[in-house]
Amino acid sequence: MLFSDSHILSTILFTPLVGAILMLFIPRTNANAHRLMGNLFGLLGLAVSLPLLWRFKFGAPDFQFQQRLDWIPSINAHYFLGIDGISFLMVMLTTVLGAIAILSSWSAIHKREKEYYILLLLLQTGMLGVFMSLDFVLFYVFWEVMLVPMYFLIGVWGSERRLYAAIKFFLYTLAGSVVMLLAILMIYFKVNTFDIREILMSPHAMFARDLQNWLFWGFFFAFAIKVPMFPFHTWLPDAHTEAPTAGSVILAGVLLKMGTYGFLRFSVPMFPDATMKFRWIMITLSLIGIIYGALVCMMQKDMKKLIAYSSVSHMGFCTLGIFALTPLGLSGSIIQQVNHGISTGALFLIVGVLYERRHTRLISEFGGLATPMPNFAAVYLIVTLSSLGMPLLNGFIGEFTILRGAFEVRWQWAAWGVIGVVLGAAYLLWLYQRVMFGNVTNPANEQLPDLNWREWTTIGTLILFAFWIGIYPKPLFDVLDKPVQQIVMRYDPSYYAPRNATLPLLDAAPAMASAPAAATPAPPETK
Amino acid sequence: MNAVLPFFLDHIWLIPMFPLAGAALMFFIGRRLSNAAASAICVGSVGVSFVFALGAFFQLLGMPEGQRVAEKILFEWVPAGPYHMTSGSVTSFVADWGFLLDPLSAVMILVVTGVGLLIHIYSTGYMANEGGFYRFFGYLNLFMFSMLMLVLANNLLLLFVGWEGVGTCSYLLIGFWFKKKAASDAGKKAFIVNRVGDAGFLLGIFLTSALLGTIRFTEIGPALVTAHIAIGAPLITAIALLFFWGATGKSAQIPLYVWLPDAMEGPTPVSALIHAATMVTAGVYMVTRSNAIFQLSPLAMSVVAIVGAATAIFAASIGVVQNDIKKVLAYSTISQLGYMFLGCGVGAFTAGIFHLMTHAFFKGLLFLAAGSVIHAMSGEQDMTKMGALAKKIPTTYRTMLVATLAIAGIPPLAGFFSKDEILEKAFERSPALWVVGWITAGMTAFYMFRLLFMTFHGESHVDHDVEHHIHESPSAMTIPLTILAVLSIIGGWIGIGGRFEKFLEPVTASMGAPEIAAEAGKAPALLLMAASVLLALGGIWLAWMLYIKRTDLAAAVRRNAGALYDLVAHKYYIDEIYDAMFLNRSKDLGSSLGMFDAKIIDGLGVNGAAWLTRAISLVSMWWDTWIVDGSVRLGAFLVELASFPIRLIQDGEMQEYMLIIVIGLIGFLGYTVYLLHWMR
Repeated sequence: MLFSDSHILSTILFTPLVGAILMLFIPRTNANAHRLMGNLFGLLGLAVSLPLLWRFKFGAPDFQFQQRLDWIPSINAHYFLGIDGISFLMVMLTTVLGAIAILSSWSAIHKREKEYYILLLLLQTGMLGVFMSLDFVLFYVFWEVMLVPMYFLIGVWGSERRLYAAIKFFLYTLAGSVVMLLAILMIYFKVNTFDIREILMSPHAMFARDLQNWLFWGFFFAFAIKVPMFPFHTWLPDAHTEAPTAGSVILAGVLLKMGTYGFLRFSVPMFPDATMKFRWIMITLSLIGIIYGALVCMMQKDMKKLIAYSSVSHMGFCTLGIFALTPLGLSGSIIQQVNHGISTGALFLIVGVLYERRHTRLISEFGGLATPMPNFAAVYLIVTLSSLGMPLLNGFIGEFTILRGAFEVRWQWAAWGVIGVVLGAAYLLWLYQRVMFGNVTNPANEQLPDLNWREWTTIGTLILFAFWIGIYPKPLFDVLDKPVQQIVMRYDPSYYAPRNATLPLLDAAPAMASAPAAATPAPPETK
Repeated sequence: MNAVLPFFLDHIWLIPMFPLAGAALMFFIGRRLSNAAASAICVGSVGVSFVFALGAFFQLLGMPEGQRVAEKILFEWVPAGPYHMTSGSVTSFVADWGFLLDPLSAVMILVVTGVGLLIHIYSTGYMANEGGFYRFFGYLNLFMFSMLMLVLANNLLLLFVGWEGVGTCSYLLIGFWFKKKAASDAGKKAFIVNRVGDAGFLLGIFLTSALLGTIRFTEIGPALVTAHIAIGAPLITAIALLFFWGATGKSAQIPLYVWLPDAMEGPTPVSALIHAATMVTAGVYMVTRSNAIFQLSPLAMSVVAIVGAATAIFAASIGVVQNDIKKVLAYSTISQLGYMFLGCGVGAFTAGIFHLMTHAFFKGLLFLAAGSVIHAMSGEQDMTKMGALAKKIPTTYRTMLVATLAIAGIPPLAGFFSKDEILEKAFERSPALWVVGWITAGMTAFYMFRLLFMTFHGESHVDHDVEHHIHESPSAMTIPLTILAVLSIIGGWIGIGGRFEKFLEPVTASMGAPEIAAEAGKAPALLLMAASVLLALGGIWLAWMLYIKRTDLAAAVRRNAGALYDLVAHKYYIDEIYDAMFLNRSKDLGSSLGMFDAKIIDGLGVNGAAWLTRAISLVSMWWDTWIVDGSVRLGAFLVELASFPIRLIQDGEMQEYMLIIVIGLIGFLGYTVYLLHWMR
């Protein structure tokens, strides 16, 4: 194996951290130096992740770029990184959105720049670690570590009710993850390993049915709070609303994906019996989330809160797709997770543009902005269309595929889901109308400057991604093909072969079985 | 099939791309262009599309009959992965960037690019003095792209791209004057009502792929045959009804027609292009495109026919009492679309498409002429403030007269042929449907001539200020009017002798399923023709009586009709009912759920948990202070208490200590002596 293959993930993971450490040595009075360093390492973090694009092998059955070192031998915990198609997309999403979020802060942050950029870079490392870890202890460390910078980002650089929001965010998420820690320990005492890959690659179910039920719910709270699924969503509007723009972008774009990623990586493949048993609950909560979130959007007076609730609705689609447990549902869900990062991230940048100019997010403060800000109007319109699922933009691909995947199991699921699509158009267009159309009634809005080059860069980049996914999503489907197949096979090993055919299951079973169990070191005795 | 295609057939995919390029140019550099440059680019791009469409049409015509299909697949668009069909077998979901030209789409691209080109030219005159000129043309070009995608797509999902795209452009163009609340409201309403329809269409696409394993048009027909789907199978009826649900949104049929009258807030060329000639006919196109599915479901066919007929007469009745010139035309459009669906529903798909084409000519012309009137009247749209304009704007008048005669169904104009064909087929299916269509034809003649008389004839009711500004429109506007007028006259002649029907036959011939209309008898064609022409003439006569000869009669009729007139004039209060039933209810629901979220989930649940935690911690603190720590302090207190008497003697006086020692010593000694004594 090439040196760079085994170290590329570590490089991506720690580049932001190196930046943060270097910044400790720059005097705090030199704010511009911190801005430059922050942006430099944001871009560097993106740059070092780019080789993944051509080195990642589509369709390989195992995790790639693995790196495994002893970490805490006494409990058999390892420093173990590796990515498959799902985490590959999440890592790329993180590095891209991270760089954009950092760039978007340039003129928005005017106090404690040093700490701000250090925390953003720390956050970046934390999130990347979550998506790369193949060891439960390592995973849990990153999962918790990432809370801290986010807590400070909201609590220090947020708006009026920032302390309430920050504490609520921290405690709520922490409460969920503590239960997950118990579940992780339970796994450890059962199978004597923290090795995620080993458990995933095991050809047979590792856990008895009863235990699966416990473990499923143990993980459920951590992930459901993170996604967030109805009714665990109320931390989100507060955190989103109070966080600075970059915080909201990262929060919506990446942090929420950690919940769905958790379902995809742990709950669904590791506890298939429990997942099937409780699927109806998951689906019901998802459908409620889709419609409930959309309806609550209608009555919001605060732009950011409205977008936060729209996240509840959009993430409902993602969980719906996951628990449909069909290839289309799963790949649609993952693509929609990427899409949500792009569209909602862009929507928060849009609000950030207005907030930076007017220092308010109340819808009633705006109106008629299309006149002073024509470029902004065009850009905002495209973002709105992308978020409401207009074909040839990204949102449509995800929503369509998810609903098609859900339709395959029960047509009613898709039927309830499309209500969310209709409502999505309603609240987003209504918001757009109230902000952009009409005459300028508020004199403060008359002379608002149009987009500057930095805003063009950040939002424009996301729009390019939106068009790319809308017009040519094939690479995404290709990269997801294998991991999705591996998940589906856990539930129906004959899915990919015709049901009524007597042919041997083509390349179906080997995907699971080919991972040689012997290749992973045998778990040492703990006693 | 992809082997060697002639140039234009091989490049049909370019036809939508020219307007897309125009729109992109307007987006990026439009603001820096002069009006002349912007219109040159945008009109030019549609012109090139028209040339390519013509080329493709003639090359298609050059192919042997029965093989006139050209499919061009560029690349895979949504290769979503494997799924299980309803039959249980596995197949892959794939949607391509693929384009299909057959007789049906050939007719459509000619109508779209042809009428579209004329309306683009007209707009250069109509919009000349409006702000946002480049923006208007950018949207218009984007619309052309979407509409051409819609008719050229080779699969349902790509058709849906165009379907949603035209909806978006319609939203943008209705709300073009975005400072006007009514305009942006109307745009939003159009979009959302359309989305309600799209939801059905989307589910229909899901079901099609589940049942047939394909969404490609060229494969749907064969798949229906190989799947052995029986006539009237529930799933096929479900697909057809879901598709038709989608069509009622886009093509403004009952119950989703409500957005179209409001859409008249948009600039008049938009009404002509989108809300008369092209976009609103997308539903008819889609139903015809999937006629193989519809023909397998007699129930769905009946629904289409009945909804079409009901919409036709219902909208016509509203059109009779409208005073806004564009509103009359809007209801007329809804009514004429109803005719097209009536045609499709009785199995006369070619007649539906035929009427779609002629309607594009004369209704496009009617809107453009109305625009010319509005232009002359400095923006006035109320017909009660018009009158006697015929002499002042003669070209507009003459072209509008032609279009009015055409829509009224007077031979030998275009509308006569297409409407007659639909009515004839309707009679074969069910005389009741014919009666509805026949009465509607009379009403159409009446309200259209009412419009003509109120606008151009009789006494002038024009405001004095407006009066001396009245002028004929520039040639950029009158030339398209004239061309469309010619088309409105001769456009129907291609249907004579069944040539049009024969051309479309490969698309609409039923795929292996016996024709539904076969059992019906043959209609007495000439008799029906005479009946409808007579009724049309009667309608014209009535309009003449009421609005020219005895103008007092109209007022008298209005007075005597009382409540009925009110009901119709208020459009049967449908908008109010919808608002009360759906719009306000979902807003209420949103508000109450918002309250629920804030008060119950967050208030009681999350903050409640926080409160509970704090309450418990208070109790714990109390417990800790008074019970836990209290018992510690109690212990200390008890020790202290117990030590009190002993402490009394510990006062630091040496003499006392000595005394106590001596006393103790004596006591000890005494005790020892006593013990020794006792032991003995």
